Amino acid sequence: MLIRKPADLRYSDVTPKEVYLNRRTFIGAGAATLGALALPSVSLATTKINSLVQTGPYHHLGNDNPSPKATVTGYNNFYEFGTGKEDPAQNAPKWKVPAEWNIRIEGEVMQPKTLSLDQVMKLAPAEERIYRHRCVERWSIVVPWIGFSLSTLLKQVQPTGKAKYVAFETYYDPKSMLSPREAGIPFPYVEGLRLDEAMHPLTLLSFGMYGETMPNQNGAPIRLVVPWKYGYKSIKSIARIRFVEKQPPTDWGMYASNEYGFYSNVNPEVDHPRWSQKIEQRLGSGFLGQGAQMPTVKFNGYGEQVASLYSGMDLRVNH
Amino acid sequence: MNRFLSSKWTKLALFLLSLVPLGILLWLVWQAYSTGNPTEYVSANPIEYITHYTGDWTIRFICFTLCITPLRLLLNQPKITGFRRMLGLFAFFYGCLHLSAWIFLDPRQNTIAAIWEDIVKRRYITVGMLAFVAMVPLAITSTAGWVRRLTFKRWKRLHRLIYLTAIAAVIHYYWLVKSDVRLPLMYAAIVAILLVYRIVVWMRKRNASAPRAPQPTVSVG
Repeated sequence: MLIRKPADLRYSDVTPKEVYLNRRTFIGAGAATLGALALPSVSLATTKINSLVQTGPYHHLGNDNPSPKATVTGYNNFYEFGTGKEDPAQNAPKWKVPAEWNIRIEGEVMQPKTLSLDQVMKLAPAEERIYRHRCVERWSIVVPWIGFSLSTLLKQVQPTGKAKYVAFETYYDPKSMLSPREAGIPFPYVEGLRLDEAMHPLTLLSFGMYGETMPNQNGAPIRLVVPWKYGYKSIKSIARIRFVEKQPPTDWGMYASNEYGFYSNVNPEVDHPRWSQKIEQRLGSGFLGQGAQMPTVKFNGYGEQVASLYSGMDLRVNH
Repeated sequence: MNRFLSSKWTKLALFLLSLVPLGILLWLVWQAYSTGNPTEYVSANPIEYITHYTGDWTIRFICFTLCITPLRLLLNQPKITGFRRMLGLFAFFYGCLHLSAWIFLDPRQNTIAAIWEDIVKRRYITVGMLAFVAMVPLAITSTAGWVRRLTFKRWKRLHRLIYLTAIAAVIHYYWLVKSDVRLPLMYAAIVAILLVYRIVVWMRKRNASAPRAPQPTVSVG
């Protein structure tokens, strides 16, 4: 168990990166220019996160090296910002993360709650978790996320006996994001986990990576990371969490349920209809950063931690 | 116009122009390698980047090739046909690069069996292979000697396989994208226009020549 220290990190504690990098210029600028300087918006750049816990049972399971930051921040899926994999890095930084970010937790709970980002981040010390991340498209990366177990947040509300699943919803702003017609999938993006999956300590609520706050394209300001499932289960930019009785719809599942099942556990034995899942491309190393091809491991190598959640289930049917 | 279209310099210029996409790709790979900053040039997933890049240029050159006949008829410039073979061979060339990238670089078990399994099991690959295989006899019989050997009539009939390639290539693209079908639909529209144009020309000609004595047919290849 982690020995909890009093939460000492606040979102407002961190200094915007461009400010501390340019502190000398900033100080030397003088009073005349000072008045004209607008404070940089927090959403424009990531900021350093201090007092990071780099120990604990889930800090680093395995011996994979984190992927280069340029790989992780320059190539991913975030369809709200474009369907090409370099589109999010291009378009998301222009998006201004709302200063007042609230997460609504509701549904089958005794007392629904709305927590601000600051309140959420104060719930527990920020931990670094170095997780393998496997995309359904066969590429994979290793990411040093920052956050704490989602269960810490979920324990803030008392679920009723009816709560069997947890449904998540991504923030959606039609003005700065693609329309569902353009992206081909429904927005706001929704995902879901079974309650025991959501409460599993590996399931991470993450608000940063590489020692800094979350870049917009990777799901700022706060997102989910479920390392034993394909990447699209790890919903980004969370706006709403709902405890529900029935299995909630998932975005890619609504698009094609035969291709993207509810569980979506990483599994080399279950093909995607359009490709085999036996091999993955671990990006970031090599001649062009193309990485290495390696066998995909069931549950993305986290079987020891999570396989028991699925005992007795046919994972070919419940893929 | 005629002199321009039949000049060997025009042909050479088009040849070099057709090599530009390959040149750009080689430059990108070189920059990615030499700067040590590959994500800026070939994305963080260069294998996927190269596969998509060569695939894009294959379908573009298929469209360019299909443009020749409509252009010839619309501009009334028979000499334009002189560029068709080169464009068709470039479609085949980029198709070879695309197929090679998929065979040798795609993340999969390194066995012939795994490649074969993909071809027969995944419909987007099946139809993509069909598009490629249909181009092979066209590339082989692209020489003047083969036109003579087959007779022009049969050669022309054989080369209608390019329509199959174009349709299969569009379906390949449509089936392979995840959910955003805007680009595949754009190519579908282009190919549809180019093929419908031929059907219209063919029907008009048939109607015009029906009541009269048979006339020498105009090539719509």
